[in-house]
Amino acid sequence: MTDALALAFDFGLAALVLIVATWTLLTRETAAAAVGFVAYGLLLTLVWMRLAAPDVALTEAAIGSGVTGTLLLGAAARLRPTEAAAEAEQPGKAMRFVVALLCASVSAGIAGTILMLPDPAPTLAAEAAAALPETGLGNAVTAVLLSFRSIDTLLETVVLLLALLGVWSLAPDRVWGGRPGPRDGAYQSEVLTFLAQILAPFGIVVAMHFFWIGADAPGGKFQAAAILAAMWILVQRAGLVDSPPVSRRWLRLVVVAGPVVFLAIGFLGSATAGAFLAYPEGYAKPLIVAIEAALLPSLAAALALLVAGPPARTE
Amino acid sequence: MNGAALFGVIAAALVGLGLYGLIVHPQPLRKILSFNVLGSGVFLIFGVVARRGAGAGMGGDPVPQALVITGIVVAFSATALAVALLLRLFEETGRASLRSDVSNANDEAGGNS
Amino acid sequence: MSSFEGTTASGFLLVLAIVAPFIGVLLSLALGGRASERIALLLMPMGLGIAVAIASGVWRAGAALLYVLGGWKPPLGVVLRADGLSAVMLVTTAIVICAAGLFARAEFQVPRGAPERRAPLMFWTLLLAVWGALNLVFLSSDLFNFYVALELLTFAAVPLVCLSGRAETLAAALRYMLFALLGSVFYLLGVALLYGAYGVLDVGLLSSRIRPDPVAWVALSLMTTGLLAKTALFPLHLWLPPAHAGAPPAASAVLSALVVKGAFFLIVRLWFDVMPGLLPQQAAQLLGALGAAAVLFGSVVALRQARLKLLIAYSTVAQIGYLFFVFPLVIGTDVAHAWNGAAWTGGWMQLVSHAFAKAAMFLAAGLIAEAAGHDRIAELGGIGRALPISVLAFALGGLSLMGVPPSGGFVAKWLLLTAAVEAGQWWWALVMLAGGLLAGAYVFRVLGQLWGDASGPLASLTKVSIRREAIALALALGAVSLGFVSLEPAKLLQIGRTHAAEIVLR
Repeated sequence: MTDALALAFDFGLAALVLIVATWTLLTRETAAAAVGFVAYGLLLTLVWMRLAAPDVALTEAAIGSGVTGTLLLGAAARLRPTEAAAEAEQPGKAMRFVVALLCASVSAGIAGTILMLPDPAPTLAAEAAAALPETGLGNAVTAVLLSFRSIDTLLETVVLLLALLGVWSLAPDRVWGGRPGPRDGAYQSEVLTFLAQILAPFGIVVAMHFFWIGADAPGGKFQAAAILAAMWILVQRAGLVDSPPVSRRWLRLVVVAGPVVFLAIGFLGSATAGAFLAYPEGYAKPLIVAIEAALLPSLAAALALLVAGPPARTE
Repeated sequence: MNGAALFGVIAAALVGLGLYGLIVHPQPLRKILSFNVLGSGVFLIFGVVARRGAGAGMGGDPVPQALVITGIVVAFSATALAVALLLRLFEETGRASLRSDVSNANDEAGGNS
Repeated sequence: MSSFEGTTASGFLLVLAIVAPFIGVLLSLALGGRASERIALLLMPMGLGIAVAIASGVWRAGAALLYVLGGWKPPLGVVLRADGLSAVMLVTTAIVICAAGLFARAEFQVPRGAPERRAPLMFWTLLLAVWGALNLVFLSSDLFNFYVALELLTFAAVPLVCLSGRAETLAAALRYMLFALLGSVFYLLGVALLYGAYGVLDVGLLSSRIRPDPVAWVALSLMTTGLLAKTALFPLHLWLPPAHAGAPPAASAVLSALVVKGAFFLIVRLWFDVMPGLLPQQAAQLLGALGAAAVLFGSVVALRQARLKLLIAYSTVAQIGYLFFVFPLVIGTDVAHAWNGAAWTGGWMQLVSHAFAKAAMFLAAGLIAEAAGHDRIAELGGIGRALPISVLAFALGGLSLMGVPPSGGFVAKWLLLTAAVEAGQWWWALVMLAGGLLAGAYVFRVLGQLWGDASGPLASLTKVSIRREAIALALALGAVSLGFVSLEPAKLLQIGRTHAAEIVLR
């Protein structure tokens, strides 16, 4: 693409993003807003590609738009009865005008600040590139996530787990330990069953592909986990399998296994490589792949369970 | 880096839009949705920063990109927890409202610990 | 410069302080049932030991402890750092959490052979998670790590608010969540701008590179605003009273005493470590003004509360205001006096003594509410005769809030008062005096009821165990004993202050 064409494309994309975002935020019906949000997420994926961040684009598509969208759509459907009451609570025109002014000035301030950022921009790209061979990886973003700043990734898996814990804590006492989500087959239809049977194995293969190439090319466990979670949700909604009760030991172990392995390898590092979360010489790549392999099922389970919600029915 | 600057301005606009939605909408689900738009705007700012930091054979600075990936997962977790809270509130009370007179009414009744 | 000379001796303790509670969370979830309580009770003394060990390590070394994670030094990698402030906060956190845990055993016990129940599993696991998140806040030295810590803290604290499952606690938890998320997203926005301008996330490196330019100002304002929402400073305090009043007593104690202070700690880190002296005096005065508003507003509204727990929660809103007097009083004072200055020590004394006093008051209120079956103040008459120890704990905690000697609160407010007068900013002194009087009013209002004529037959009260009353009293005595501590340990607060921070205070 020539520069002018690229810029024109960017302008078009940016305008589209703004339009869809504005529509999403201002439309009357919440369910429509949720759909708009999914469209917005897909547009953002394109923006991330234009910003030369394919790993982020994949994550945005899979988690930011895909899994989040599913969650919001489901919630919007269940909350439809409350729409009428909410209408009455809308703040007055004057209030909305004042808030709009405030938000516009915040936006302007931030935009101005961004345009004032120094040129040439300070960056850690050179340091990352120089340190990359030591990790044995080809994908710099994976290296940042699992080597240079692995504490962030470790803690982030704990964040995911805590969110799951919080969601589970919302179950009424009488159904504690039961299965999350509505009865299996609640959305049953032949089309859905067919789709689930065809798509699920394909989705699993795609997920594995993304997971495997993440070491050297855009991809990785988060995206793969999101795809696996989506496949699970599809299969569960079609009635082909039922959600496991949350009291099941094996489910708890699957969810916990990822962070546990990560921690164990971290302590291994402190024993053999001199620092917590360090990797011994030459073993970096295999250990990183091991961590990712352990994290994949945990993340997929956690993502799927977060969408499923708190326990809602006993076995 | 004109493309990056353009998306930087868009990101700022998204932050403002998300903030507006978060403050103005009475329905908690719309607030959560607006929070997601706001969050994506912030992530885009990281993305613009990453793009401006391209070099050493890479299209962008990998550190902010990695931070965004972490951020997207954290934002999803937050959305899931908030939605679960909201749905539970709806199940308990039949309405989805944060209005204080709804909760204060129960408070005034006293109740126990 | 301290930044990253490499890991110091006993630096591994820093890793343990963060990781151990989360290992407890993982084990608790995996093993379920009774194990969660046992794991928590096992980790409490260990965690306390680690905190004390870190504090003594910092004290003996006279310098900050460092740990380079993963062997990668900043700017590419992440470093953990424990200075004097971290040490004080770690120990305070450990003590309050241990007390709250011991207190909560009665409410969240799982009898032998019983199936796993939701509330106990969740309480113990979330308590450990709060602990781990707080330790991460105090030991991090990286802007993005702070963000992850804030999120961890929110996710651990919010479900504690609605643990009982009552509708009003669900609404309170949702509002808390929304405020907290708004706060963290604003903080993250600031981090993005700072990285875009300076290319580093490490606090030490950033403090050496940062310049007083508009990008830094905007970033600092955004981050501070976000953190103010999380620390419930007026006028962003709306979420706090229903949330803290609705949680189980042990959780309320931890929320008011510690969780809310985590965000304040980060504001201090930003203003004094990352960007010392970056913002003009006016900004510091603004923070002080908001603090003053919080003191006055919180105290007045507390006076009008019908429910005991809401009264205590509004009192938290007020007492947090005192913390913000540190900004106008320390920024702009003479280098030689600033750090050792009364204001700095006073601010931290206020934070620690409030932690003990507020925790004691919430625990005592929990016992009173359990005994009477409700917490409507007007109908709690005469309970002091049935629960003398609890009411004594409440009273001692109240004395610390009022600033009556001897108590940590008195020392804190005295130091802040003298600093205000010395600095010529006598208006803060007026606010503090008014705040003390108002606190006296609401404390004595409650005590008058509790020690007054009985509202109902005392025999109909539920029995509560003496041991739990004793825990509340122990915390209250802790707040009082801080009044006897000489100002020598104030040196602990100075250890590890970065060089950049010292130059600044003109």
